[in-house]
Amino acid sequence: METQLYAAKIPCSARPIVFDESLCVGCNRCANVCQVDIFIPNPEKGKPPVVLYPGECYYCGSCVMACPKKGAIRLVHPLMNQAKFVPVKGEASYG
Amino acid sequence: MNTLYRWPYENEFGKRETVTSDVLVLGGGLAGCYAAIAAARKGLSVVLVEKGATERSGAAGSGFDHWESACTNPCSKVTAKEIAEAYIEEQDYYSNGIAHYIECREGYDRLLDMESFGGKVRDTEDEFKGAEFRDNETKLMFAYDYANRFTLRVWGSTFKPALYKELLRLGVKVCDRTEATALLTAMENGKKRGAGAVGMNVRTGKLMVFRAKSTILAMSRPARVWLFNPDLVGLCEFRPPQSIGSGHAMGYRAGIEFTMMEKSVKGEFSAAGRSFPPYGTGNNHNTWYAATMVDARGVEIPYVNRDGVELKTVSERYYPAPGQKFFLKGGVIDEAKYEYRGPETLDFQELMRRGYELPFYADLSRMPEMERKVIWGVMVGEEGKTKIPILQNYTERGFDPEKHMLQSYGTGWQSASFLGQERQLFGAAGGLMHDWDLKTNIDGIYGAGDQLYASDCCGFAAATGYYAGRKAADYAASAELAPIDEGEVEKEKQRLYAPMYVEDGMDWRELNMAISKAMQNYCGGVKCRELLKEGLDLLESYEREAVPMLSCANPHELMRTHEVLDILEVSKLILNACLLRESSSRPLCFERSDFPEMDPKEDQCFITIRQENGQVVGGRVPHGYYGDVEEEYEKRNQDYIAEHGKMYPSAKSR
Repeated sequence: METQLYAAKIPCSARPIVFDESLCVGCNRCANVCQVDIFIPNPEKGKPPVVLYPGECYYCGSCVMACPKKGAIRLVHPLMNQAKFVPVKGEASYG
Repeated sequence: MNTLYRWPYENEFGKRETVTSDVLVLGGGLAGCYAAIAAARKGLSVVLVEKGATERSGAAGSGFDHWESACTNPCSKVTAKEIAEAYIEEQDYYSNGIAHYIECREGYDRLLDMESFGGKVRDTEDEFKGAEFRDNETKLMFAYDYANRFTLRVWGSTFKPALYKELLRLGVKVCDRTEATALLTAMENGKKRGAGAVGMNVRTGKLMVFRAKSTILAMSRPARVWLFNPDLVGLCEFRPPQSIGSGHAMGYRAGIEFTMMEKSVKGEFSAAGRSFPPYGTGNNHNTWYAATMVDARGVEIPYVNRDGVELKTVSERYYPAPGQKFFLKGGVIDEAKYEYRGPETLDFQELMRRGYELPFYADLSRMPEMERKVIWGVMVGEEGKTKIPILQNYTERGFDPEKHMLQSYGTGWQSASFLGQERQLFGAAGGLMHDWDLKTNIDGIYGAGDQLYASDCCGFAAATGYYAGRKAADYAASAELAPIDEGEVEKEKQRLYAPMYVEDGMDWRELNMAISKAMQNYCGGVKCRELLKEGLDLLESYEREAVPMLSCANPHELMRTHEVLDILEVSKLILNACLLRESSSRPLCFERSDFPEMDPKEDQCFITIRQENGQVVGGRVPHGYYGDVEEEYEKRNQDYIAEHGKMYPSAKSR
């Protein structure tokens, strides 16, 4: 086994985590709280973590809850999982 | 171009750390945290091992919305015995009477603990002042049965961080990012007892050896056995991807006894390609109970009580029928028996007959303001995976519960339709067999939460966790450390590290895919001896031929590889358990084409399974082996009962 280990990003069909680089301070709170451990800290200090294993995302939102900068990290469901909603129809009948 | 990143954590393959404690807790979800707290409160040294980060790990990591069977809360109109026995009867005795009684009797105490740790369990801001489901004196809020008030609405997203802080405050040594992989046992006076466990740091590869006087298994039930999607792994099952039943696998390898492992149900929740994000579609179950549902034309779908009487108001959906004392609803109980059945929308077939048109929607705009606000804002918001994925995301997409209705898919809260062979361990699934101390058949090894057979919800996890913590602490207080077998540790190390030395081998996903396909083919909706045997034969060939080819590049991938090895172990456990039950059973959702008779009297019992010297050993235990739940509990918990009034003055005694 080599002393230096490596990791390649394992791509998937979705993009569960989207960072806003202008807001992210690279504190890695999201990476530290993720129970699935899908992130690694960015090799470049101060940059958003790398989403190494996006397919393993459990869509729990803990990373967003832990983020100190509102809007720096967003959770996005795969397109097929975005449930439909429509304006209400008919008469409201309060019980 | 795919960048290759240098692994950011230290390479500690080959390094070893030994950690010694009185009590060892494996799994840092709700059950494990409460177990550790109970043992630490008794003054013992405690180590907790968690594969993720305890602050948000486990099935309830991001939250949960209701706490079932809190029968001793001051507003409850039922007793612990009443509800525990109702659960047992409702589940045709394939229910965990011991654990359910503990949940009903002590669950509310755990909520009071939670409050003292900083978790939110009541409407302290008076946001729902005057609501029908709120008690104005205690500010507790109730779900489902407003007359009997034994299920609480809680702010579960505050719970895990609060528990984590309390663990640290109590001096529990928390080993995050560490997978437990094997139990260590020793022989003492001709009897097996627990000696600790082996594990691995999932970021560095360091081998961890845990020595302890007693051990608590508090990991998840198995998952990804029939359902797998290599693209969206995280969406394969309802529970987090790392919660895959490693506790079952290591327990089975060590000779621990399990029961009800032949039970599996047709898939209910899997978001990968089929269903939608849990709690993220229009429905009226569980978190969304009792939302107003409408059809495509906007015509309201009637709710009926158990006698088929149409209910006229929203309020009536939360009360028992005339002549009924209480009704049951919740995680495990969906369509209860007549005796315990609560209000429900009209049956789907009947709706079709009456001309209701698909798709259906949940329309909260038609509900009274307090009911709307508690479903969309507290229940959806505090339930796991809803605060960000549903409440925030849908709001950002423009969803307004006063102006929009949310579409329903399929015919119920599953939000999809599955095939008979697409199965899951959902509802009250199989798990560790145990006695009144929540002790397994191996001395010094206890179980809690989702690892127990016929487990239930968060209240179940917390209550059984704390209880197991007490009992394991009592054992540890009078036991010595057992010696560990270095040969066993070395063998486990070889097993764990092997895939790191294989080059250009097989990815763990390929094996997981093969196992789930095999389980669908050989252990689907209809089973028979030859089919099950062929399945075992195939899995054994995977063990011989595919496992040695597994290969990976870093500790994270190695952790996923270990998980698939555990899925393989659990799949064999399930196939063998299915072979042991030679009849069919309705409550176990178990169909044998070679033994079609449903629930013959002689088979109405718990069938147990364990391994001894590589051989499968089956057993039979009568349903009521635990005796009268209240009597047997009180016999064994006088210490807790004596302190109860002082510790939890606002709780009822039973």
